[in-house]
Amino acid sequence: MNTRYNDVTAVTTRREGSLWRAIGHLEGPQTIGRGPLFWGLVSLAIVAAAIYPLFADAWTVGNAAYFMVWTFMAMGLGVVWGYAGALSFGQTAFFGLAGYAYGVLTINIGTAYGFTIAAILLSILLAGLFALLIGYFMFYGRIRGVFIGIVTLSVTLVLETFMAQTAGPQWRIGEARLNGFNGMSGMPPLTIPWPGGDLALFPGRGFYYVLLGLVVACYLGLRMLLNARFGNVLVAIRENPHRAEMLGYDIRLYQTLAFGLGGALAGLSGALYTAWGQYITPSSMGLTAAALPIVWVAVGGRRDITATLLGTILVLAGFQSLTIYGSQYALVVMGSLLLLTVLAAPEGLIVAAMTGARSLWRRARR
Amino acid sequence: MTAILEVAGLRKSFGGVTVADGIDFVLERGAMHCLIGPNGAGKSSFFRLILGEHAPDAGRILFAGDDITALRSFQRIRRGISVKFQVPGIFKALSVRQNLEVAFQHHLHGQSLSATTRAMLEFAGLEHEADLQAGVLSHGQQQWLEIAMAVGVEPQLLLLDEPTAGMSPDETRKTGEMLHDLNDRGITILAVEHDMAFVEQISRRVTVLHFGSIFAEGTIAEIIDHPGVQEIYLGTADV
Repeated sequence: MNTRYNDVTAVTTRREGSLWRAIGHLEGPQTIGRGPLFWGLVSLAIVAAAIYPLFADAWTVGNAAYFMVWTFMAMGLGVVWGYAGALSFGQTAFFGLAGYAYGVLTINIGTAYGFTIAAILLSILLAGLFALLIGYFMFYGRIRGVFIGIVTLSVTLVLETFMAQTAGPQWRIGEARLNGFNGMSGMPPLTIPWPGGDLALFPGRGFYYVLLGLVVACYLGLRMLLNARFGNVLVAIRENPHRAEMLGYDIRLYQTLAFGLGGALAGLSGALYTAWGQYITPSSMGLTAAALPIVWVAVGGRRDITATLLGTILVLAGFQSLTIYGSQYALVVMGSLLLLTVLAAPEGLIVAAMTGARSLWRRARR
Repeated sequence: MTAILEVAGLRKSFGGVTVADGIDFVLERGAMHCLIGPNGAGKSSFFRLILGEHAPDAGRILFAGDDITALRSFQRIRRGISVKFQVPGIFKALSVRQNLEVAFQHHLHGQSLSATTRAMLEFAGLEHEADLQAGVLSHGQQQWLEIAMAVGVEPQLLLLDEPTAGMSPDETRKTGEMLHDLNDRGITILAVEHDMAFVEQISRRVTVLHFGSIFAEGTIAEIIDHPGVQEIYLGTADV
């Protein structure tokens, strides 16, 4: 061991440009993928996704948009569970809350002046604030481990039960009937102000491109966030919360913020889902709905945002194909897939495939 | 000399077990002080009280003249207290470099962070292990990594709970040199230690804790010559 502590203290703090630093965080220790090959593949995937609607019919494009709707909730769960180490079983609570909020707002106010966009933003805000509130009580109340799953599952099931009993005519907010177990419907789709007349984005190409842009922005934004100080601290908390606190980090604040971010992203999914299908029902917050995001994220790989995104789209596409043969049958396959992942590739199948491909590539170069 | 840490009338009990029984303790700024005592004397609990992991039943803790008794752990660390635990408290799944970066990114970014991380890797003798997972390091290397991380928060006071536990004699000697180096650069050190040869190597003053209270205090020679100290270690004193 030598003593270069002088050198350490001689290094002065220097703040590089924030923008360049943020862009630099697109690559880093908390995300798989770096270098020209990786970014070439990402660009190729985006271009392929962008030209895909030109070769597919409107129904298939709408279906692809449907898959993308869920990716925000999955990426949010990836942050909360994979990076911060808190398994939330109740992301659907924030999904459902934002979905209903979008419905209530747009049914009452309408689509003028691009209000549906404002409604989506307000729904995300509401879901994020609700998640911060729940997160505050959990993390500042020192709730840990499996109990986080129990609390969050309880929250979503309570919301489902509550919304399911709102069938009577007295259960309305302004013009919006909550409509109990049958759910709320009749809200307008996402509508964008446009010269010559508003663009109503029903499931189809327009909605698909909006979602594609959001998915790319969200994915890149999360990469930057997770490779920056925030993500590093989350991973440190996941690995050793005691040490993280003894490095001066307010771990409860970081966990609460991560949970709030996960809730806001689930809210984005919920609001977009409602705008996509123009309905939302209490079952979107039920047990089955709550379990599915965990399967998507676990199967893809919870500790890497790329794996989470890819895994979610692949599992959703597979799930929908299987549903043709029966929804219960598809759920059994989903459960089996989760068991297979836990037993054979606990880090996730996509992560295992990426790691395998990387070692093959290295072996081939020797 | 001014006091960096002042503890007055510190009491803490867990049910019928008293781990701090009215401790009065003053640590001078710039000191290199050891805390010894038999198992169960309350040494680690005393550290936990200083760090805010336990709330005292009574008493006050002053750090650099400010009362920190009501502050939470992370707030005390930000004031300038840092700690190395007995069992290496590192992030085993992360690389050695990432461990250091997490510790330093409080106050450093970009190139400054990279430069400091490189310098601290060299300081801890881990330049060649930078990209290894920290969990695969030897026990001694893990201890050094944790010391480097603890120093990374730029502390005024460094608490070390048995920093040489499980180390070979050579590793112990190197750790002693490392602590002298840090102390020479102005970091006050308070260490819990059982290895009397190591205590002799690093410490100018020693405090003996017994049953949660201060039993004796003085230079290493005074403590070795103290008639009661050997007896409490051998368990024969009626004190």
